Amino acid sequence: MSDQAIALCMRGISKHFGPVRALSDVRFTVRPGTVHALVGENGAGKSTLMKILAGVYQPDSGSIEINGKPQKFSNPAQALTAGISMIYQELDLAEHLTVAENVFLGMEPPGRLPFTTNHKTMIVQTAELAQRLNFRINPTVAVEELATGDCQIVEILKALMRRASIIVMDEPTSSLSENEAVTLFNVVKALRNQGLSVIYISHRLEEIVGLADDVSVLRDGRMVHSETMAKLDIPTIVHHMVGRELTDFFPARTVGIGDTRVRINNLSSENGVQDISFTIREGEIVGMAGLVGAGRTQIARALFGIDRKTSGAIELDRCRLEIHSPTDAISNHIAYLTEDRKRTGLCLELPCSWNVTLPNLIAIGMRNIIRPGRESKIVSGIAERISIKWLGPQSPVDSLSGGNQQKVLIARWLLAESKFMIFDEPTRGIDVGAKKEVYGLLNELAEEGKAILFISSELPELFGIADRILVMRRGRLVGDVDPAETTQEDVMHLAAVETVS
Amino acid sequence: MNKLARQLLPFGSLILIICILSALRPDTFLTVDNFLNVLRRSSVNGIIAVGMTAVIISAGIDLSVGSMMALSGMVGAWVMIVVGGTNPEGTALVAGTLVGIMTGLACGCLNGVLITKLKLPPFIVTLGTMSSFRGISYVMNAGKPYNIPHYKYLNEGVVLGLPISVLIFAVIIILAGLVLKYTRLGRYTYAIGSNREAAFHAGVNVDAYLIRIYALTGLVVGIAAMITTSRAVSAQPTAGVTLELDIIAAVVIGGASLSGGRGTIIGTLIGTLLISFLRNGCTLLDISTNVQLIVIGAIIIAAVAVDQLARSRATAGGGGPNK
Repeated sequence: MSDQAIALCMRGISKHFGPVRALSDVRFTVRPGTVHALVGENGAGKSTLMKILAGVYQPDSGSIEINGKPQKFSNPAQALTAGISMIYQELDLAEHLTVAENVFLGMEPPGRLPFTTNHKTMIVQTAELAQRLNFRINPTVAVEELATGDCQIVEILKALMRRASIIVMDEPTSSLSENEAVTLFNVVKALRNQGLSVIYISHRLEEIVGLADDVSVLRDGRMVHSETMAKLDIPTIVHHMVGRELTDFFPARTVGIGDTRVRINNLSSENGVQDISFTIREGEIVGMAGLVGAGRTQIARALFGIDRKTSGAIELDRCRLEIHSPTDAISNHIAYLTEDRKRTGLCLELPCSWNVTLPNLIAIGMRNIIRPGRESKIVSGIAERISIKWLGPQSPVDSLSGGNQQKVLIARWLLAESKFMIFDEPTRGIDVGAKKEVYGLLNELAEEGKAILFISSELPELFGIADRILVMRRGRLVGDVDPAETTQEDVMHLAAVETVS
Repeated sequence: MNKLARQLLPFGSLILIICILSALRPDTFLTVDNFLNVLRRSSVNGIIAVGMTAVIISAGIDLSVGSMMALSGMVGAWVMIVVGGTNPEGTALVAGTLVGIMTGLACGCLNGVLITKLKLPPFIVTLGTMSSFRGISYVMNAGKPYNIPHYKYLNEGVVLGLPISVLIFAVIIILAGLVLKYTRLGRYTYAIGSNREAAFHAGVNVDAYLIRIYALTGLVVGIAAMITTSRAVSAQPTAGVTLELDIIAAVVIGGASLSGGRGTIIGTLIGTLLISFLRNGCTLLDISTNVQLIVIGAIIIAAVAVDQLARSRATAGGGGPNK
């Protein structure tokens, strides 16, 4: 790559946080007009490197050149001026303002009267910019009315309006549906064709293969590999990321499947679930596939007593359950790991141990009096079993990495000794190593005889882990397939295409 | 700055104020009588602040406590007069006291039910009941107080060498501290305040617990109301006007977060004492009540600002990469 023009060159970048070495002597170069994937496990230093590029952190040593010009950023505004735009996982848009107002935020063209802005120019220019890149978006719509995918397009327009030459995207597809992701890929390609460089951070290696021109791999704060995508494949990238071969990424189970434990008959809910029936046997992991909005989470919500059921029955071990609230569900040994751990899972500022025991205080004999010492001991035992990395059970959950936060929630439901466990996107936004551990845990739980419903948008993991895959479309169950006898394409087809009757 | 240091900050300020005042007015400030006086004056606010702490930890607010105190006192005194005539004594006073406390409990229940069943923000509901409770207090005796000349025990009584109001204050502080730390109610209060959705998804019956929190706040307001009534030997419909602001100030100075999930009883105790000693000190130093208001306002802002600063330092330094 050295003989070609360089859009960005970061050399000898090192950064410490107290005693922790986050980056050491990192060299990172990006060619103009390319998509450059930056990969690595959580904690490898991707975010730190990008925050240095964006001027949020200052490196202890090292230099940054943009288009051959040396740069030094002491704050984000300077990086922005130099043409660096960051699009973070959590988008920062002003929700009540329109698309055009967001695109021009802080640089509004003045109107005819003092202290006014020229809305017309803003709308026209936003529309023109979108048109040039073939984005379909209405500049006058309020951002809160847009889907997540379109919000990202607004962020991109915002970056372009500020004449960005390098756009950094951090896990842009983590909250997108399959269709939205495809749209985003086209957008990224369009940016590349316009001569921009895109630095693309993602845990989903499959999408990198089709999208990236170059790949750089960070591991433990060092740049371990940098190569054109053409010379790489997924196993090689994973190998560089983890520094070891991930054999048995989807571990095999040794214990067979028993009798039916969970039977759902004709379940319908006020939230769009229509006439769903299925069974889960002892020790079986039943996968559930479907596009975003197909009603998978709504099934979980109906089963867990969050949404009101309009019909249907739930049987667990041949007993019919009456469930009208999460409280009922938990006391009937149902667990539900929700898809959004920050919004519906964790109390972030509270201690880990409190989060683990929250639904279990009665179960561990603390109906009336909580004994913190005993509580810590119980929680530590579980944490050890699933190797949660924390400073201690009393440390607040928000001091943990995403993968470990997810494990805190898994620990919660392990402690509950549930019989029927619903996992909704349990590997979302966690790194490869943590994903493998989650798969291992699911298998262990199945081997203990639990019935598991595993909802996921990532087909490879469904195929790797599930014994059967249920396919949902528009609130209905449209398929019940054996992963050994079907392909990912077939499942996708079932999930996405209306059958002609 | 770590967690302990943050908690020590209001405590340190309290000690500092006591030291300064001791140095400036050794003969009037540093006396047992004066300290007991300050504690007695703190007890009403402190008792109510205990309830407010729980409400604020649950990410709520109760603006109606001042009006609720007036109403509870009025209802209690009315019962005393109905039972014991114009100059009630003995059992009439006991009956009135109990009914007054129950009135607080009922008012708190009402707040809780309106908040959870109508799904309204606590600010709105208690803003409404603040006005309504006050209105009822005025209507009861056409704006006039009920005089209960013999109702002195809660103010003047002494048990174990301590004024009874101070003793009640101490018992409530200790009980509330234990409840918050060692019971499910306490644990759920923090969980609901930190993330109500998460608490609900973890099987916490959020509505039932919120009603309990507001009801218990009403209960302690009822108790404070009867102490206030005893102190004035009459129930005043104007009792506790703008009291809610003093209470919220004490809780916030004590380190509780208005966005919920954070706060301690010990912090609230310190916050309450801090304000009381300031008031007392200003009086001893012949600083007018008007100037006291200015000082207390500045302290509220400074306390929260310093707390915020400490917090942001803590997260910037120890957070590390990849958050």
